[in-house]
Amino acid sequence: MSTEQIEGSLGVAKAVALCHPGVVCAYPISPQTHIVENLGKFVKGGALKNCDYLNVESEFAAISVSIGSSAGGLRTYTATASQGLLFMTEGIYNASGLGLPIVMTVASRAIGGPINIWNDHSDSLSQRDSGWLQLFCESNQDALDTHIMAFKIAETVGLPVMVCMDGFVLTHAFERLELPTQEQVDAFLPEYEPREYLTPKDPVSLGSMVGPEAFTEVRFLQQRKMAKAVHVIESVTEEYRKITGHHSGGLLDCYKCDDADIKLIIMGSTVGTAKDEVDRMRKAGIKVGIISLKAFRPFPYEALRKAIGDTKLVVCVERAFSFGGRGIICPEVKRAMEGTSCEVKTAIAGLGGRAIFGTTINGIVKAALDGKFKDEMTWFDIDSRVLNSYTKDGEGVTFPEGPLSDSQLKASVN
Amino acid sequence: MLQIRLHGRGGQGAVTTAEMLSLSAFLEGHFAQAFPSFGSERTGAPVVAYARIDDQEVRTHEPIQEPDVVLVQDRTLLSVVDVFSGLSPKGYAIINTAEAPEQVVPELCKKLPKGHVLTVPATDFAIKAMKMNKPGAPMLASLAAATGVLKLESVQKSFQTRYPGKVGDANAEAAALSYNYLKEQMKEGK
Amino acid sequence: MLEKIKFYQTGSNTVGNRLLNPSMRAIQASVDRPNGLTSGHRACQGCGEALGARYAIDAAMRATGGQIMVVNATGCLEVFSTPYPESAWRLPWMHSLFGNAAAVGSGLAAAAQIRAQKAGETSVPRVIAQGGDGGTTDIGMGCLSGMFDRNDDVLYICYDNQAYMNTGVQRSSATPPSARTATTMPIGEKPGADWGKGKDVPLIAMAHGIPYVATATVADLRDLEAKVTKAMSFHGARYIQILVPCPLGWGLASNVTVTAARLAIETGFYPIFEAEYGKVTSVRKIRQKQPVTNFLKIQRRYAHLLKKNADPNTVARLQAMCDQNIRDFGLLEGTDPVAVPAAIQAYERAETI
Repeated sequence: MSTEQIEGSLGVAKAVALCHPGVVCAYPISPQTHIVENLGKFVKGGALKNCDYLNVESEFAAISVSIGSSAGGLRTYTATASQGLLFMTEGIYNASGLGLPIVMTVASRAIGGPINIWNDHSDSLSQRDSGWLQLFCESNQDALDTHIMAFKIAETVGLPVMVCMDGFVLTHAFERLELPTQEQVDAFLPEYEPREYLTPKDPVSLGSMVGPEAFTEVRFLQQRKMAKAVHVIESVTEEYRKITGHHSGGLLDCYKCDDADIKLIIMGSTVGTAKDEVDRMRKAGIKVGIISLKAFRPFPYEALRKAIGDTKLVVCVERAFSFGGRGIICPEVKRAMEGTSCEVKTAIAGLGGRAIFGTTINGIVKAALDGKFKDEMTWFDIDSRVLNSYTKDGEGVTFPEGPLSDSQLKASVN
Repeated sequence: MLQIRLHGRGGQGAVTTAEMLSLSAFLEGHFAQAFPSFGSERTGAPVVAYARIDDQEVRTHEPIQEPDVVLVQDRTLLSVVDVFSGLSPKGYAIINTAEAPEQVVPELCKKLPKGHVLTVPATDFAIKAMKMNKPGAPMLASLAAATGVLKLESVQKSFQTRYPGKVGDANAEAAALSYNYLKEQMKEGK
Repeated sequence: MLEKIKFYQTGSNTVGNRLLNPSMRAIQASVDRPNGLTSGHRACQGCGEALGARYAIDAAMRATGGQIMVVNATGCLEVFSTPYPESAWRLPWMHSLFGNAAAVGSGLAAAAQIRAQKAGETSVPRVIAQGGDGGTTDIGMGCLSGMFDRNDDVLYICYDNQAYMNTGVQRSSATPPSARTATTMPIGEKPGADWGKGKDVPLIAMAHGIPYVATATVADLRDLEAKVTKAMSFHGARYIQILVPCPLGWGLASNVTVTAARLAIETGFYPIFEAEYGKVTSVRKIRQKQPVTNFLKIQRRYAHLLKKNADPNTVARLQAMCDQNIRDFGLLEGTDPVAVPAAIQAYERAETI
């Protein structure tokens, strides 16, 4: 085990290198660039052997080359974000349909227009239904470890994995990271032995057309892999933690949840900021806990129901939403809590890089405890001055200061 | 936890300075974190970077609004950006200039405790030792001299780790010039 | 009525095959032919693409001792060969998407190389990526150019039938001017596909400076086999574009696929040549020059040009297009190609034809 003070992206690159991928595809898009730049250095400098590093012409090509190399029987890695992830979309669905265990970092970033390079979760969550596992990371240590686990999970389940880490906030943060040794990783993650791959030694056809007579069954079997993935994530995490002693990965993680009157469900780097604030609030007598949601796909319904327990108030801090709908995490939590009297709300915050401070978390908790979240969804950190500069003159509509509820939004168009 | 905010201009290495600050703290056994204010900044544009030092894991990732220390790598920013916004009343401010603090930021000198506003000609030291306007190492050395949160040796080692060879050594030399300068100034009670 | 064309292969290629020295016989003449694309698939009667693919893939199989893996773009060839749970491919084959065959091929070639390297094997399986003209010249162009750029060890074969046949005959950038497709109907003042549009992918491929580029047709299958064999003797990115007439899309009787291809050669409509490292190295000469009308009149996609009230200038322009090809590529015996042939669309755009 070595401890280093390095950038998150370098930590992830080192973790990926420890897993000995056979192919790494690189196409530049902020904020994932530093990861593949570092991997390129490892390959060119000879530190990462038996690995082909391809500079491709687009994200569409990056995922396509990855599909080819994974189908050719190699452990395969690539990374992307935002528009790049969308440009890959067709290949994303194809990779999961073909059951290829590709591991890809999504350095989460907002989707344009308007173009925005900063962090939120609208890119990764847009691929919710793509058939990939989606694992979110709360810190760079978590990201580093999750990448190593992701290869094992992907290869055990036979599905690709997106490791979602907050762009810039994590990728560009310089922090203390503990890297497992090569021996530890080798013991945990054996050489990749594909169950099926393209080779003249045993010719197979991959990716044939499936008609109505079998398509439903193909999809059922894919969903079955997802169900299996829930258990695999748990067992792989347990094994990894035993080897490294790192408390990373898992389906979800609870922080000071035991006696909490209110629980926040958060994905990504906001968890760390919120933990500090929870400590401060607890000193002031507010009993609040955090559930860090690590696996979004497969969604850990049972584990979450258990983690929420008999808490009556849950707020999902969401960094993306569904246009014309509401939050994306919240309905999943409601499904998990079906049949209970638990109230589940969405606080939208941190879109397009708007910083989530400890004070933001504090405000969300207090508003929830004061019963201010009447609607399912509230735009928590919205700036009415910016809104009014647009709506006041044009439509004669002004919004009050502070959080805006869904019903306030709806009332403004009546 | 000690929170430090660095202001500079694109190309002067403010982000690297923050990273080296965290590396210096790490080398002394602390937990530390550094990150830039993210954006598509271009050369010459105002840049902000942050650093935290603590004796336990740094979990938060929020930008620093209430810093304990503000480092200003380029004095031309003083009239452009509210660089001392949220600075703790007991905090420190270090500005890269040869002029005396009272001449550069008289208001701030009144607000902060005596000796907490410091100026250092970091660019001069950088150019003398490195022939480049990269005032990061002398700025961090001045922080070390003023507050004692870091040792000069750690600052020097951080740059030598990042830039093995001539560049690292030149940074270390610039750091020493700055450190000794400030120690001398402090001795004289300036 | 079909005009009789004299059969020129006498004693050499097809008819005389069984009289040849066995080593010179067509691959398909052998009982142990690789049969990479086996019979029983669901292509249309007279499918030019199925014919071209069978010859091309078998030639590559023979050239590499069976060490071939194929990536197929979405399209007719993919659909008719692999209706789940069956596959007509007797070699490692995969289909991913419409526009990414070249990139998947790059990944597969990298995998083959690294796997062989790790296993200490000297023989590395070779990769062919293939698709129709839509999957190549349109939606697959980015990935194709990227594969050329990196000079990845992939042979890309484009089966060019000059439109999107799988989706119901829509125009692609390989559709020739005036041709009828479902999206370029023979109506209005300018019936059929527009003039001055389209692109010449073999020339684009050559502009990448890749080791080998060739065009071929299903009318000259020995030539096709020879080109595939030659392509496999190179490493790096290679491109072969094969004209494969489509009875459905062209409105051909299903027994004249090969005739249509032959007329495309003999009229100068489709120049057949080879290029190495960006320079033309050989040209398949016209054996008996035919007027373009002989090519047009067997296809319903050009029927509107030959109607009584049709504008005669259009046929004249098509003839001029063929003549320009003949000049640029030196398609007649005793003539030489120009140093840098221009895409035929250049003449259309400059309105010189």
